[in-house]
Amino acid sequence: MDLKDKLISSFMMFENNVDIDSPVHDVRTEAMKNFELKGFPSKKQEAWKYTSLNNLQKVDFSIFPKEVNALDYKDVKKYFVNEIDTYKIVFVDGIYSSFLSETTHDGVDICLMSSALTKPMYKPVIDVYFNKIASKDDSLTTLNTAFSREGAYIYIPKNKMPKKPVEILHFATGNEATLMLQPRNLIIVEENAELQVIERHQSLTSNEVLTNSVTEIFAAKNAIIDYYKVQNNVGTASLIDNTYIDQKDKSVVKVHTFSFGGKLTRNNLNFYQNGEHIDSTMKGVTILGEKQHVDHHTLVHHIQPNCESHQDYKGIYGENSTGVFNGKIIVDKIAQKTNAFQQNNNILISDKATINTKPQLEIFADDVKCSHGCTIGQLDEEALFYLQSRGIPKKEARALLMYAFANNVLASVRIPELKTRINKLIAKKLGVNLGFDL
Amino acid sequence: MLKIANLHAGVEGNEILNGIDLEVKAGEVHAIMGPNGSGKSTLASVIAGKEEFEVTEGTIALDGEDLEDTSPEERAHKGIFLSFQYPVEIPGVSVTNFMKTAINESRKARGLEDMPANQMLKLIREKSELLEIDRKFLSRSLNEGFSGGEKKRNEIFQMAMLEPKLAILDETDSGLDIDALRIVANGVNKLKSKENAVIVITHYQRLLEYIVPDFVHVLHDGKIVKSGGKELALELEEKGYDWIKQEVSV
Repeated sequence: MDLKDKLISSFMMFENNVDIDSPVHDVRTEAMKNFELKGFPSKKQEAWKYTSLNNLQKVDFSIFPKEVNALDYKDVKKYFVNEIDTYKIVFVDGIYSSFLSETTHDGVDICLMSSALTKPMYKPVIDVYFNKIASKDDSLTTLNTAFSREGAYIYIPKNKMPKKPVEILHFATGNEATLMLQPRNLIIVEENAELQVIERHQSLTSNEVLTNSVTEIFAAKNAIIDYYKVQNNVGTASLIDNTYIDQKDKSVVKVHTFSFGGKLTRNNLNFYQNGEHIDSTMKGVTILGEKQHVDHHTLVHHIQPNCESHQDYKGIYGENSTGVFNGKIIVDKIAQKTNAFQQNNNILISDKATINTKPQLEIFADDVKCSHGCTIGQLDEEALFYLQSRGIPKKEARALLMYAFANNVLASVRIPELKTRINKLIAKKLGVNLGFDL
Repeated sequence: MLKIANLHAGVEGNEILNGIDLEVKAGEVHAIMGPNGSGKSTLASVIAGKEEFEVTEGTIALDGEDLEDTSPEERAHKGIFLSFQYPVEIPGVSVTNFMKTAINESRKARGLEDMPANQMLKLIREKSELLEIDRKFLSRSLNEGFSGGEKKRNEIFQMAMLEPKLAILDETDSGLDIDALRIVANGVNKLKSKENAVIVITHYQRLLEYIVPDFVHVLHDGKIVKSGGKELALELEEKGYDWIKQEVSV
């Protein structure tokens, strides 16, 4: 049985454990129909030309973990940004771990999707927001919608800001030989409210894990959201991340994606600007080695006038790694005075590494500023000689140059401790021990 | 200190240096002059160990030790410093942190511990004053957006920090106005001692009014065709490089 068939047959089992009379379940059933019809995307589709899911479909993934697996905090502490106090929503093999989490209902809701989808008090919010911005057409998103039951639920009311950032962590214990996870997150930040989120998926063994995640984010008027995705998983873990962001007037949303690991990572990051004077920022640092593969697919849909979008992705590819950047910008006819910037710069440090980069601009308005640029190059030999001539060994000099190359993206990280963390991850990934306290 | 014998070097089979002989002793200042394309910058880069150039014949020795197969960083650790004609911009790395990294890597190579932070700060303050460098300047990204003069001053600041045995100044005067030239030259002169040596590579005589050489060598077609005292620089200034070319062809 291939993975698609297995998922379809598992859906009935899934239905035994959820309330099939709720309106949410109508949404799931509808989504399942779409997935049944479409199945997994193939390389014949333009958007999946460079990322193949064929091998993953051959794995006999366990769809539901058999037992609740506990973890000791000391064993997983290092995966948290433990230098600062945070709210934590933690899942172990897809199941909420109250022991590792720190949720709150104190003025804001930082809790669980399973509660939000089932408890009557959340119904008004769920009716308005659940599955409203996520695609009803994209097969992987609808697959997630069909199985949506657990994940993070964050609701920040008007004028509020949580006392600390929120960490969303998904651990895979490896107690199952193979595991497929489908977390579903819903994040709503109301008028003048603010939120910072750090999201991470971490497998603790070399057992195969596939995560198909969907996150819906709603930023109301004047809302400010900083979202950080830390992707540094083991070489047997794959992630398909589908993030949909709806922005209203004057909201500012920044998403930073740090991709340093994993077997196959696909980031579908979609921004919809449903208002004016909106600022959308997407930044990424990708540093890969081995046979790792990362595919960044971004979309910014400028629907209203007077908005901005900024994209800046830096990639460093070594060994046999492969990267994809596909940045799509749509500017509707009425979206005059749009400023859309896109930049994708890559360095190949191995002859066997590959990057495919493609800007895709669809502009229907005539009074806009749009720029895009992509480069693929090697490290500047003259710069390398310059650093070496000052006594810095070649390996460190290379790392310093690569660090400098990625630095623009780090400058906008607003949590200093996270920035330090990322710096350390970069140093580790580049194989040097340099204090990048620069 | 530095002994170059019959040095031939080039890029991809294309010979640029055709048998250079040069000896520099501690305490001396040597000027190397020559027309464009004569091989001045190549000589500087080859001494500093740039891998792009291949040494096909001859030797470079520092304190009697052959530098063949020695990497640029090892040469730096042994005390060779090259002030670049075109210093490279490194965004995201501040001047201060760059210097810290460079100094501590050199110390590590000599088996020393990292320099204590307060000592480092003191050194930075002292040397930046010598080059009349504003403190704010030190927290800026290395060479990024620096004017030509700032870049050159920063090169000499790095030299002051690293205290090399042998400093090679490659066209340090190009792009400098007279005030900046004076500051840079003053810095170099203050760093000069009986223990170290300086090679000044320049197209014009101007810099040599401030950094007075003990010897002047004229490079032409990858060879030293004439050597003399400081008066040779003046003679060159007066008669032009065509005079050398004519002398050589005769």
